[in-house]
Amino acid sequence: MQPVAEPSPLDWQARLRAALPWLLLGAAVALPWLAQAAGHEYYIGVARRILIFALAATSLNLILGYGGMVSLGHAASFGVGAYTVGVLMVEGVADALLAWPAAVGAAALLALVIGAVSLRTRGVYFIMITLAFAQMVYYLAVGVKAYGGDDGLSLPGRSRLPGIDLAHDVSFYYLVLAVLAASIFMLNRLVESRFGRALVGIRENASRMEAIGFATFRIRLIAFVIAGALAGLAGVLFVNHNGFVSPAALHWTQSATLVIMVILGGIGYRYGGVLGAAALLLLEEVLSQFTDHWHLALGLVLLAVVFAAPRGLAGLFSRRVAG
Amino acid sequence: MQLIAEQLLNGLQFGLMLFLLAAGLTLVFGIMDLMNLAHGSLYMIGAYLMATIAAASGSFWIALPLAIVLTALVGLALERLLIRHLYHRDHLAQVLATFAVILIADDLVKMVWGPAPLMLNAPASLSGPVELLPGFFYPAYRLLIIAVGLACALLLYVLVAQTRAGMLVRAGASNREMAAVMGVRVPRLFAAVFALGAALCAVAGALMGPVLAVEVGMGQNILILALVVVVIGGIGSVRGALVGALLVGLVDTAGRALLPTLLKAVMPLNLAANLGPALAAIAIYVLMAAVLFFKPSGLFPARA
Repeated sequence: MQPVAEPSPLDWQARLRAALPWLLLGAAVALPWLAQAAGHEYYIGVARRILIFALAATSLNLILGYGGMVSLGHAASFGVGAYTVGVLMVEGVADALLAWPAAVGAAALLALVIGAVSLRTRGVYFIMITLAFAQMVYYLAVGVKAYGGDDGLSLPGRSRLPGIDLAHDVSFYYLVLAVLAASIFMLNRLVESRFGRALVGIRENASRMEAIGFATFRIRLIAFVIAGALAGLAGVLFVNHNGFVSPAALHWTQSATLVIMVILGGIGYRYGGVLGAAALLLLEEVLSQFTDHWHLALGLVLLAVVFAAPRGLAGLFSRRVAG
Repeated sequence: MQLIAEQLLNGLQFGLMLFLLAAGLTLVFGIMDLMNLAHGSLYMIGAYLMATIAAASGSFWIALPLAIVLTALVGLALERLLIRHLYHRDHLAQVLATFAVILIADDLVKMVWGPAPLMLNAPASLSGPVELLPGFFYPAYRLLIIAVGLACALLLYVLVAQTRAGMLVRAGASNREMAAVMGVRVPRLFAAVFALGAALCAVAGALMGPVLAVEVGMGQNILILALVVVVIGGIGSVRGALVGALLVGLVDTAGRALLPTLLKAVMPLNLAANLGPALAAIAIYVLMAAVLFFKPSGLFPARA
């Protein structure tokens, strides 16, 4: 499923593919200026939300696309990251240098526990076990009334980061963009490394990889934990963006939305998560302005994608796919 | 003692309704290898049709069979238009497509019936309680749900275990390719199984209407419970779905009824009041994790 670039440098498609991430990055950097020049500051918030979900979907793509692990519990890591920042802030710890690593650590630890149990199962059973764990975390958040329970938790403000004023919308936007770009850079390096190749190998044939001496369980677990930590980081940014977190951030429909984003964008494509998050959230944004029945329109678009772009949006840009 | 008996009956009733959903889901999953998230939407459509026809005709008993038949037809149409084109696709494409069906169905229902929940009343003759034992009363309507649920389970058992059609279904569940090679007309079998699943959804939706609210999104939470049942029972096994559904129904109901009381005995009152419902909701997921830990393919794997 992994795209393989055509070697010919004359191929305009290959050039476009190589240039696309930089074009998108340029557009993302320019966006706040354009929005302010046009007097639509509102769109900075929309774009920031897209970037945050792009990070969450990209982290899921690591295990779903490269590792072949269909987790229906990714929202658990996302939500735990968000809740950790929220709870710490309510308890008086607003310092990002303390709260954010704690949140990412909590999300990674949760992923370690969930992964250690779930990765012993395969296929649909893996989907359902990850779902089960996420539902447990969800009901725990509903049950702890001290931190809002069902009603959710409102934050008094954004985290405090020395040197960067997060309360300033544009500064916060650029921080989110930088975090996303750094995460994607790191993940790209990771999937090209020996570790990443082994992960894809395990997806394709676990017993063969086991036989030639790879610690398949450990490699899958490490990938699962990395994905969980990055989802937690997305949760950290999300709760700062929203100023509010509720159990809905942990609900299975949130996990399903992340899976849908990855499928829509292109499973196992490098920018599948980004494309999927951007496409889904933009569709929601645009369709909901034209009609109250935007779910219907979104459903029809998703159906069209299933049949017209079976490899997702990223698949449209790439001609050949390695088996 | 009365509390326990009442909770047992509630658990049985809830479990049987879950079975009606899970039976269709497990057959579609086991035979067609189709991950159908839209199963909950058929349940919702069944409930809406039931509420509408019951209001229009004024009779619960006329509405029930009509709603079941109409929902089965909706299921057939869905199979013909969309599901049929998904059989040869991978699970994730099926997830995306049937998730799209959820979105579309929710909005269509909102367009036709409006966003407000519909009222559906139990038939007047069954609205009162029945004295099961001296001094022990139980709502008559809930007894009807139990009776219909048991009848459906029995009917399904006879259909799957004793008839020629059921033999084909079992053959399909245990080895699809082999069944096709041996001359099973697969497209017809698939369409029939899908319609049967839709009809069972309608039975559950119609009967649960007076107990729960008939509203948009009602299918989504019960879908997850039905999936839990399917996985506990073993994918493709109707018997497993029955056992799994009863287990989930009983554990869930007992957890909700008894856990808060138990917790109050061992921890401070307000902490127990907070944690009780949460732990009760978690109980079925712990059950599923425990079952899969010891039996990784569920209790009754269809593919031995």
